[in-house]
Amino acid sequence: MNNLIDGKTGKWEIIIGLEIHAQILSNSKLFSNSSTKFGLKPNTQVSLVDAAMPGMLPVINEFCIKQAVKTGLGLKAKINKYSVFDRKNYFYADLPQGYQISQYKNPIVGSGEIQIDLPEGKSKSIGITRLHLEQDAGKSLHDQHPEKTYVDLNRSGIALMEIVSEPDLRSSDEVALYIQKIRSIMRYLGTCDGNMQEGSLRADINVSVRKPNEHLGTRCEIKNLNSIKFIKQAIEFESRRQIKIIEEGGQIEQNTMLFDSNTGTTRPMRNKEEAHDYRYFPDPDLQPIIINEEFIKNLSESMPELPDQKKQRYINEYSLSTYDASLITSDFDTAVFFEKVLKVSSHSMKNPKLVCNWIISELYGYLKKNDINIHKSPITPDNLSKMIGLIIEGKISGKIAKNIFEEMFYSKKDPTDIIKEKKLEQISDEGSLKNIINQVLEKNTEKVLQYKSGKDRLLGFFVGEVMKLTDGKANPSIVNKLLKEKINK
Amino acid sequence: MENEFSSIDKLLKLLKENKISVTEISKHFIDKIKKSEIKAFIHFNEDNILDNAKKLDDLKSKGTFKRIHGIPIGVKDLFCTKNIRTTAGSKILKNFIPTYESTVTSNLLNEGALFVGKTNLDEFAMGSSTTTSYFGSTINPCSKDKNKKLVAGGSSGGSAAAVSANLCLGATGTDTGGSIRQPASFCGVIGIKPTYGLCSRWGIIAFASSLDQAGVFSNNVKDASILLEIMAGYDNKDSTSANIKIPEYSKNLSSNIKGKKIGIPKEYDTENIPEDIKINWMNSKDYLQKNGAEIISISLPHTKFALPTYYILAPAEASSNLARYDGVKYGFRSKINDSLDAMYEVTRNEGFGAEVKRRILIGTYVLSAGYYEAYYLKAQKIRSLISNDFKEAFNKCDAILTPTSPSEAFPIGEKEDDPIKMYLNDIFTVPASLAGLPGISIPFGNSNNGLPLGIQIIGRHFDEQTILNISNNLEETI
Repeated sequence: MNNLIDGKTGKWEIIIGLEIHAQILSNSKLFSNSSTKFGLKPNTQVSLVDAAMPGMLPVINEFCIKQAVKTGLGLKAKINKYSVFDRKNYFYADLPQGYQISQYKNPIVGSGEIQIDLPEGKSKSIGITRLHLEQDAGKSLHDQHPEKTYVDLNRSGIALMEIVSEPDLRSSDEVALYIQKIRSIMRYLGTCDGNMQEGSLRADINVSVRKPNEHLGTRCEIKNLNSIKFIKQAIEFESRRQIKIIEEGGQIEQNTMLFDSNTGTTRPMRNKEEAHDYRYFPDPDLQPIIINEEFIKNLSESMPELPDQKKQRYINEYSLSTYDASLITSDFDTAVFFEKVLKVSSHSMKNPKLVCNWIISELYGYLKKNDINIHKSPITPDNLSKMIGLIIEGKISGKIAKNIFEEMFYSKKDPTDIIKEKKLEQISDEGSLKNIINQVLEKNTEKVLQYKSGKDRLLGFFVGEVMKLTDGKANPSIVNKLLKEKINK
Repeated sequence: MENEFSSIDKLLKLLKENKISVTEISKHFIDKIKKSEIKAFIHFNEDNILDNAKKLDDLKSKGTFKRIHGIPIGVKDLFCTKNIRTTAGSKILKNFIPTYESTVTSNLLNEGALFVGKTNLDEFAMGSSTTTSYFGSTINPCSKDKNKKLVAGGSSGGSAAAVSANLCLGATGTDTGGSIRQPASFCGVIGIKPTYGLCSRWGIIAFASSLDQAGVFSNNVKDASILLEIMAGYDNKDSTSANIKIPEYSKNLSSNIKGKKIGIPKEYDTENIPEDIKINWMNSKDYLQKNGAEIISISLPHTKFALPTYYILAPAEASSNLARYDGVKYGFRSKINDSLDAMYEVTRNEGFGAEVKRRILIGTYVLSAGYYEAYYLKAQKIRSLISNDFKEAFNKCDAILTPTSPSEAFPIGEKEDDPIKMYLNDIFTVPASLAGLPGISIPFGNSNNGLPLGIQIIGRHFDEQTILNISNNLEETI
């Protein structure tokens, strides 16, 4: 894939690296027992530890360690048996301790890599530098009062994984694929729900530009982006901004940038906002995390099938195309849905490709249009499987099925009930079909003669007439067969 | 009466025999505290004490009699006490009322302790004199001259002075670099800092987390043993708390030291120690030898680096631990609110005293980019070397005998303009702190000025029993 972009002085290459902040799926926070539930009343999920009351001490939540190690294994990364929590010191109103507990020199997970699937069936390997654990800060609310800032500490202390990539990405499209892949892996593992709207997944993007094969340029970091759309916009804008500066004879200053989603532009943070010396040092309230071989082994053994493995299995077992397999496995819930449909009946099990097509071409569209997640789909795997069974048994035609599908989606009804109610069952009974065919042929004697004299294509006309008389319910293949028999006699 | 109030066992006996009630005990001590002029307490609530005394009397009449039922205890104002103001001797927390009880004070309350008040300390436990408290200086009850009042030592000076003046039978303290042992020495009482991790730090306002450890003051070794075994114990709310079974120190207490090997570190014998302190140290050694201990000479070669190491590591941790006092959530907040930064600056400038600010600045400096390796990291390495020194030494001996402090109690106001001189107070106590070892200061002898002196006994990790036994032997001797 050629990712170079045109400037006034020739082609430019964009170099991108990411820091993804992923909220760990866990009922309680990284160092306290408070709940991690989203969207509750401000300051109702706050323990003495989260509020940094005097004399309070953090105690590590072992479940979060497991989640981080699992994610590390999913990224095919090195698990560090010795890791340390450090304090990152800075003052902010929503940072009650005056420091964030994070990992600096000794992260829990070291280098790894993931594959992203590019269009045209190619794939690319993206390096993971490290994954470390850290606690989230609270939230400053600036819009509640004309002069005051309010602080909500519900988020304070929630466990995050920071996943740092190598600067291996070359376009905003690749970045989008990378984030989708990381999110997909974490959702498969159940270590992060990947919900960007609720802030469970945010990213800082490092962008620099260079002429192909030249040395790396100076990078700028765009902070705290929480949608793939914004991330793509920010990269497009930022790379153009940098190219323009260099082409006009200027130099890029290493800077932290903010993205304005209203204008789609980036601007440097004020110097004061970033002039931090974090004075990292090991947190004396916590012991180093020591992980043994057995701990890792137990977690590796409990690892579920990951997207890439699943994709390969679908290709091998179900003869899905690479494209279909990759599409249907990219989202964990979709893959779960697909497998449920297969399991319901032998009809669908024998026709995975048909099932896949219905999900990708029909269900996706309806879900997207109505903004519904697949695990809340009004068409249950059970009902979809039933409908596919009806097609295979020849009880409904593909065309009728589309109407039934729509009805199923909005009424949540069972397809057999819909067929009964609306009398949509396909007519496959040869006797009644013969009667209708006779009617059609009698009405169109002239066309029968034309057909017999060699105008084969008129067969379609006869089929269409039969369909009209049966409201489309006639089984087309039987009608075809009967028509040919009758006319050719 | 005074004599019968001098030990936990005697007082418990009186109570058990119904010769006295907890209410009567509390009145006796309330009276003494009210008359006292040594400013040992920051906070003292008569009604509260009487209420609690009554509750303990009621419990007793219903047949419940706890291990230290009704024993009056002072609590250093660094321990968070539920619904009772906890200030850390600071302006920034002068009105702070915790909604929670520290683990150590909970342990004492559960066994029937009667808290008589919160004792004075150097602000945030930073000091060796209890003169940096926002609430004024505590006066050493051993002061001879009314016009030349002496410091009680610090930082747990209020607790040491209260026990010395018999305003309570025991008092909790915390020791980061000597804050229990040095004031114990100055006030002529027993002060034990146990092994790091023996007592939970949960609910104790942090100074330097890797060094802070709770301990206790008392007038005799038996009382110290009883109180320590109650205070100590594993706490899953403190990740650095040791998961071990606490021995019954008081039951196992013995004065038999026959065959115990006691090490005398040659590096502690410096020219800077006053002659009377050196002689006193040698006297204590001779006593122990006479009582059956084997005295051996040992070497702790990195001793001279201990003080600078401590004064890098402790402020580094403190600079971060005290960041939470920012005026946002609780405590003092300046009225200046032009911006968040301005609020921080003025709040912390007005809310902290000079010594605390000095240590925050030192700590911030040694952790800064470009200085971290030269100071903080190097100090961590030396800390390991110091620990190894002790490890080696304990291959040869069971306990180490040193003076507690290089000086007797000094007049209030002295050394205050010279922080280095003040820091030198900790020279004999800091090495054991860095190594996380238990140390006890036991009153032994007097200075040329007739002031009490203390002898420090350092033990192996979690071997509090040995240093208590040796102290017990010395106590019986004198």
